[in-house]
Amino acid sequence: MNASILKISGLHARVDSQEILRGIDLEVRSGEIHAVMGPNGSGKSTLAHVLMGRPGYEVTSGSVTLDGVELLSLAPFARAQAGLFLTFQYPIEVPGVPLAAALTESLIAAGRIEEAEPGPLAARLAEEAAELGISPEILARPMNVDLSGGEAKRNETLQLAIIRPRIAILDELDSGLDVDALGQVSRRIERATREGDPPLGVIAITHYRRLLAELPAQRVHVLSEGRIAASGGPELAAELERTGYVAYREEAAGAAGAALDDPDPSERGLGETFPGGL
Amino acid sequence: MQLPVSYTARVARSLGGPEWLVERRLGALDRFVASPAPLVDEDLWRYSRISELDLEQYVANETPACDVARVPAEVDAWPEAVALLGHLGERSGLAVVVDGVPVACELSPAAGAAGVVLASILGDSRGSEVLDRVTKLNSATGKEEHAPDAFDHLADALLRDALVLSVPARVHVDHPIVIVHVLGSSGAAGAAQAVSARTVIDVGEASEASVIELFVSGDGALVAVPIVDIDVGDAAVLSYNAIQQLGAGAWQLAHQRIRAGRDSTVRTFTASLGGEYARFRTESVLAGQGGSAELLAAYLGDATQMHDFRTLQEHAAPRTKSNLVFKGAVGGTARSVYSGLIRMRHGAKGADAFQTNRNLVLSDGAHADSVPNLDIEENDVRCSHASAVGQIDREQRFYLESRGVPPAVAERLILLGFFEDLWVRVATPGVRDHLAVAIAARLDRVTGGG
Repeated sequence: MNASILKISGLHARVDSQEILRGIDLEVRSGEIHAVMGPNGSGKSTLAHVLMGRPGYEVTSGSVTLDGVELLSLAPFARAQAGLFLTFQYPIEVPGVPLAAALTESLIAAGRIEEAEPGPLAARLAEEAAELGISPEILARPMNVDLSGGEAKRNETLQLAIIRPRIAILDELDSGLDVDALGQVSRRIERATREGDPPLGVIAITHYRRLLAELPAQRVHVLSEGRIAASGGPELAAELERTGYVAYREEAAGAAGAALDDPDPSERGLGETFPGGL
Repeated sequence: MQLPVSYTARVARSLGGPEWLVERRLGALDRFVASPAPLVDEDLWRYSRISELDLEQYVANETPACDVARVPAEVDAWPEAVALLGHLGERSGLAVVVDGVPVACELSPAAGAAGVVLASILGDSRGSEVLDRVTKLNSATGKEEHAPDAFDHLADALLRDALVLSVPARVHVDHPIVIVHVLGSSGAAGAAQAVSARTVIDVGEASEASVIELFVSGDGALVAVPIVDIDVGDAAVLSYNAIQQLGAGAWQLAHQRIRAGRDSTVRTFTASLGGEYARFRTESVLAGQGGSAELLAAYLGDATQMHDFRTLQEHAAPRTKSNLVFKGAVGGTARSVYSGLIRMRHGAKGADAFQTNRNLVLSDGAHADSVPNLDIEENDVRCSHASAVGQIDREQRFYLESRGVPPAVAERLILLGFFEDLWVRVATPGVRDHLAVAIAARLDRVTGGG
């Protein structure tokens, strides 16, 4: 299949009338891994939610295209069917709905009827679950119900592996994972960026450089105050580890005025991990 | 109250049967006429659509019971019955009841040899006593909640026969016993009928049985008044399922009366899917110490349907336990009412009662009312209720959509998931399978997906 390209241009978005994204520009191609890093409240998770079309997030201007198709005018399921995937930081529990049932419907909607058959799907799930260290018992549970943080992230990666999107946004995939789980999910995603058809393009939103040790990004972007304040190679992530985000935060804050609090609860409570930066 | 048109003492006599049955109809006719019409400001009728019911639009069915030879065809003609029997597999008995008249009753050789009886009540000279037993036993301990309502009298005024299932003491019935009620089918074509259907289930001491009543009708106008009286003996175990899949023109006013003895276990599951207006009044009385009841219901309404549930969990003895879980969803301009009372009688020490009613409202025009109530006369009890009316969780839908699941399909999955915790509790596996399929088929209509 042809290589894909996701183009984000001038993306502005708000939540409850508060502007969180203030002009994001980013391009991601098949096989590329882009890291988006930033302090709490910089808009990282908002970016992930806006791209997928989560209710409650309002795009005020800008454009997001995947292979020329404007995603912002599409419903979330149509974005997914166009090839976009989001691994949730906090996957939502859907009581009574088995994982296989949701994946079956997703594959049917994509016209992948043979893969949606119970036998082949179960075989694929078992294969991927083994690679990701997911026990069969977890596959039988209702979607995300009573999963530990690590189980939930493995489960998100499992779905990515079955659905085979063109572009994946990883929202803090590394949070809540131990070293082994981080290695397993990272290796699986990295393999998709090499072997997929087309290879997977990735936007890895993260607070930590440790994800990038397992999932090597070619490009690193620093998000601050709703804008990309700096972009560079892997060396940028190493520099952030030493200096923290303080320089970017002040620079952007100087331009934008008062500091922002991202209202998304998913970004709360991580500040203590960057004492130097915040 | 006004009677079905043309229903008079002459008709009450002409419906046939032994003298006690004629007398019973005549007595009920008088009581019905003397009953005040139900008012929506009474607790028992609040939020209901009872004021829309005009009985003068219906006629009592005067034709004789249908021909027994027709019965296999009668069951095969109803896809719901065929589907249910298919899901159940082996069974210990099957009765077909047309407009309240048992027209075919068969038992497995094992059940027959064990002394199980599945038969018309007409041969029983003490028929009236049998019919009244549970009512009398419950009235002895109960209060005004046990008072018959006008439709109990109407049911008796229309009564032509009743089906009795009796399981002797210390008999374990291996497989489910199925009762298929075909309603409104034996009268004159095109006439809107008023019919009653009566079942008595008597499970002897330390026996075990599983019973399924299925209610079906055509799509024509119909008022059906089905009543079941269930007596669960000491240490007996009964699983009772009522599956209402009536046609679109049916009004149903059902009454389920349950009495459970010492250390007995009764599990009921009511599924209400069909009908224009479908009411279930359910009274469960835990009369002996250590008895327990699990009362489950699932309902799904669309178009202009109304599902109406009135429940009573009465604890009249120490260390009794009851757990009620009623869950439903309404779309279109459908409505549902749940009104439930837990009554802890004085002396019910150490009793436990839970009551949960959860509703999903699927459209702007749909509406659900949920009214839980407690009445506690004893200090040493545990009681709680939970009631909720909400919409499909948009975050859950978004999550499924983010996997590429179209919105209507996502809603359908969430709705099926909403009922899932009921399915795992339903004691009879075939019923679970039947309902999962029936509800899925109906959800396609409700959500427009599938």
